[in-house]
Amino acid sequence: MKELVISGNEAIAYGAIRAGCCFFAGYPITPSSEVAEVISLELPKIGGRFIQMEDEIASLAAVIGASLTGEKSMTATSGPGFSLMQEHIGFAIMGEVPCVIVNVQRGGPSTGLPTHASQGDVMQARWGTHGDHEIIAISPSSVQECYTFIIDAFNLSEEFRTPVIFLTDEVIAHLREKLVIPEDNSINVINRLKSNVPPEEYKPFDTSYGKIPPLADFGSGYRFHITGLTHDETGFPTDDSKKTELLLNRLRDKIIDNRDRIVKTDSFMLEDAEIAIIAYGSVARSAKEAILIARDKGIKLGLLRLITIWPFADKEIADMAKNVKAIVLAEMNLGQLKSTVEAAVKGTCDVFTVGRADGEIVTPSNILNKLKEVGIVH
Amino acid sequence: MASLKQLSAEKDLFASGHRACAGCAASIILRQVALVAGKNTVFVGATGCMEVVSTIFPYTSWKVPFLHNAFENSAATGSGIEATYRSLKKRGKITKKINVISFGGDGGTYDIGFQSLSGAMERRHDMLYLCYNNEAYMNTGIQRSSATPFGAHTTTSPAGTVIPGKQQFPKDLTEAIAAHDIPYVAQAAPHNWADFTKKVEKALTIEGPAFINILSPCPLGWVYPPHLSIKISKLAAETCFWPIYEVENGIHKINFKPKEKKPLLEWIKSQGRFRHLLSEKNKHIVEEAQKEVNRKWDRLLKMAEAKI
Repeated sequence: MKELVISGNEAIAYGAIRAGCCFFAGYPITPSSEVAEVISLELPKIGGRFIQMEDEIASLAAVIGASLTGEKSMTATSGPGFSLMQEHIGFAIMGEVPCVIVNVQRGGPSTGLPTHASQGDVMQARWGTHGDHEIIAISPSSVQECYTFIIDAFNLSEEFRTPVIFLTDEVIAHLREKLVIPEDNSINVINRLKSNVPPEEYKPFDTSYGKIPPLADFGSGYRFHITGLTHDETGFPTDDSKKTELLLNRLRDKIIDNRDRIVKTDSFMLEDAEIAIIAYGSVARSAKEAILIARDKGIKLGLLRLITIWPFADKEIADMAKNVKAIVLAEMNLGQLKSTVEAAVKGTCDVFTVGRADGEIVTPSNILNKLKEVGIVH
Repeated sequence: MASLKQLSAEKDLFASGHRACAGCAASIILRQVALVAGKNTVFVGATGCMEVVSTIFPYTSWKVPFLHNAFENSAATGSGIEATYRSLKKRGKITKKINVISFGGDGGTYDIGFQSLSGAMERRHDMLYLCYNNEAYMNTGIQRSSATPFGAHTTTSPAGTVIPGKQQFPKDLTEAIAAHDIPYVAQAAPHNWADFTKKVEKALTIEGPAFINILSPCPLGWVYPPHLSIKISKLAAETCFWPIYEVENGIHKINFKPKEKKPLLEWIKSQGRFRHLLSEKNKHIVEEAQKEVNRKWDRLLKMAEAKI
């Protein structure tokens, strides 16, 4: 067992390689650049390839090309770059291209706060690219989770043939703490389902195997047509409304039907809690501290931590809402998830938000003061 | 053209007190451009060193309107400004000439902003695009760009046991923009202020798009003592690493021809980013780089001579 003291961004790079990532294309942007820096040193050692592209549009395009050629691929960026990547996130959803996009969130909109923390891209991760679609987004709260969850991100991406967004923030990115590299036998690595039919029988979007069609690598002898246009099982464009409906429903269902396997949450002192905090990423750490302070004063506070941001943990939140008087949503934005949480809670209990978009982390006292302010504790 | 004495009497429109590194050539460049352009000017700056250092809250160096848009689109934003001024003029709402100057570093110009620059030049907006070329992404931590010279060390073209710095020759952006057949394209360097300010003046006087690519020595990224920026700029011209020339209506004209071309090794020796090239085993890289400088210089000489 190897132990290291490293930053979240470095852990992402090492975790990605452990997951089998062999290709990285990116463009330097604060506060994500360390992911690129570390992976540019590490990939050549395993025969992988690092390319610095001319912008973020090109970065995700190259990642898509590499992934279709058979390599697990990723990029890393921050808000402004994430905005530029939206077009290709849509393409990767439509073309069912496995890939991982790390977004180290910083203050926005636009150039915003390059060196300060934010969780302001939560809704952009969900709906940034146009059209109906599902998305998987994962948020780590520690350096350890940067390592282990980036492996999960690759696994989900490979299994479901879909882009996965690794939605971290500047605090976790630059936080240095202990990382225990897990033993090999404790790591599960999933690889995409490859085609085993003869090339002449291959259909790139053949759904007879289930909702996730097997993938043939470019250049491996299979004829493969891929496009961002609506297509049928052959991959060729169609505007037939029945085929369009089939495709759009399948792209949705392959994620939604597996929602219980994808969605992960964590809890802290939630069993007997009367008030629950919902938080994710770095803010979940503040929430834990707030809970310990509140418990000292006899206030029964607990935490439901979202690990998977999308698909949303609506069932888990609904179950919890039955047992608490109030929910406090804490996030480094101006309450982006509030309506989503409220939709899950369905009026069972009150939902309050404590949010900041000033580049600073939500502190334990921000959370405790909010409880007083809304009169749920005195 | 204004003399140095005249220019020095003008009020600076790019004020001191900005946060550029000691010895930064780009801040000198912008100051000179602003002096020549005068107060009827709007500047559009791409994300980059000069945007960051000139506009730190609650201060600004700009005594003229300054618009910072995202990284890739200072030329496109300038296009909108210029087109609107033209429309306002047509409708008689304004009468005076307003200069539109979009600028970016080599990252915002050679790479991510290339598309918007090409579009603005092709649509023939009456504007100047200025690239302060410090040959890498200095603002985000010295990553290579397509302007980074062959053999230079950057954090993403690190010189070590595997590779001796950047493996590719830089993109010839000046010629690429000249291929847009716009009225005025020039290369300049900050040591030759008279040449540079004359070029800015010319660019702002002619009707239609103009592009100036100016070399901008960077003590931090190029690794040399800050007081040497101007000397290093001069060396770039004397070795013909960075030819000082212009392309006016398609005709190449060389503005500075060294009496005796200095060997490129002198340029290489002057900067830490090339330190690894001084070893015996990397001698061939220097030779290759010299060969490329010779090829490009000879080509330029021929074009100037043939008046093409």
